[in-house]
Amino acid sequence: MIFPWLDSSVSWLIETLNIDLDSQVGTAIHFFIYDTIQITLLLIFMIFIISYIRSYFPPERTKKILEKFKGIIGNFFGSTLGVISPFCSCSSIPIFIGLISSGVPLGITFSFLITSPIVNEAAIVMLFGYFDYRIAILYISFGILIGVVGGFAIDKLKLEKYIEDFVYNIKNANIVLPKMNQMDRFQFSWQETFDILKRVYKWIVIGVFAGSIIHGWVPEDYLVDIAGPDNPFAVIIVTILAVPLYSNVLGTIPIANALIGKGMGIGTAMSFMMATTALSLPEMMILRKVMKPKLIWIFIGITTVGIIAIGYAFNLILGVI
Amino acid sequence: MKIVKILGGGCPNCTILHNNVLSAIRELKIEAKVEKIEDFAEISKYGVMSTPALVINEKVVGIGKLKYKKVKGLIENG
Repeated sequence: MIFPWLDSSVSWLIETLNIDLDSQVGTAIHFFIYDTIQITLLLIFMIFIISYIRSYFPPERTKKILEKFKGIIGNFFGSTLGVISPFCSCSSIPIFIGLISSGVPLGITFSFLITSPIVNEAAIVMLFGYFDYRIAILYISFGILIGVVGGFAIDKLKLEKYIEDFVYNIKNANIVLPKMNQMDRFQFSWQETFDILKRVYKWIVIGVFAGSIIHGWVPEDYLVDIAGPDNPFAVIIVTILAVPLYSNVLGTIPIANALIGKGMGIGTAMSFMMATTALSLPEMMILRKVMKPKLIWIFIGITTVGIIAIGYAFNLILGVI
Repeated sequence: MKIVKILGGGCPNCTILHNNVLSAIRELKIEAKVEKIEDFAEISKYGVMSTPALVINEKVVGIGKLKYKKVKGLIENG
C-alpha cells in the first residue's frame, strides 16, 4: 500500500455502505476503488516527470546520438533511447527510415524498435505501484537487455537485404529542431500526461476490474500448479498465448498482479505482460511497408524468445531473493 | 502565396493538424495552398521523424502535436 490514508478511507467507505470488508464482494470493491485511484495519482505524477525528461530526447535527436556509436555499445544506446524517446506507433516508419537512411546500422535501429514498446513509462509506474521499485528496475533492465541482444543478433544475421529498397534511396536530411523553452517543455509534459491518460484509461479500468474479480473470487493458490514458478513450461505457454492477444500493457498489469496473488510465478506474469504489448498485428502491418516479411518474422521470433528467457530469469532471480 | 504542407501518415493527430491549418488560414484570411503529404518516403526527405509535422514554404516549422494558437502564429509569420 503506497497511500495508507487512501486505504483507510476506502475501507471506511465500504464499511459505511454496510459491506463486510473480508467478504469476496468487499475485497473486490476495495481492490477496485483503491487501485483505480492509486494508479491514477501515480500516473499523473510520474508521466509528467517522464514527459519532461522526454522533451529533451525527440527522435530527431536520438538519431544524432545513435549515428555516433557502433557495435554493442550502439545497441545499448539504441535500446536505452528506446525507453526514453517518445513515439507513437504511427511514427515508427518515419523513425525507421530516418535512422536507416542516416547510416545507423540495422541492428542498432532494431535495438531501439524492440525496447520501445516493451518498456513504456506507464508500465514502469504501474509496476512501481503494484509491486515495488526492485521489480520496476528489473523490468527496465531486462527490457533494455532484450533490445541489446535482439539488435545484436539481427546485426550478426546480416539482414539488410530484407529492407524494402526504397528506404536506401532516401537521402537523409537533418533538420534544425524548433527551439523549446521551459514553458514549452511544461506545456508539452502536461499535454503528454493528459493524452497518455486519455488513451490508456479504459485499459486501466478494464484491467483493474478484471483484477478485482480475480482477487475476490479466484481461490488462493489456484494457479500454483498450472502457472506457478515450479512448472517449467508455464512461461513458454503463457508467452505464446499472449503474443497474438493484443492488449495494452496497462490493462495487463492489474491482472498480472492478481494472478500472482493466486500463485502465478512473477516471471511468468512478466512474460505475459511483455508479450501482449511487444508484438501486435497492427504494428507488424505498419512495419511491412519498409521490411520484407522474412525480417518481420525474424523480429517476432527474436522478441518472443527474449521475452520467454526473461520470464525464466525473473522466476529464477525472485526465487533466490 | 504560402505553401503549407502537413506531413503525416494519416494518424488522428495529422487530421487534427490539417483541420487546424485550414481554420487558421480562414481566420487569417490569407492565400495559401495546403497539401497533405502521406507518403513516408516524401516525409523522410524533410528529415522529420515524429509526425505530424508542419512545413511552410519548404521549411519545417513545427513537429508533433501543435495547439491551434501555435499553428495560427506559425502560419502568420512563417
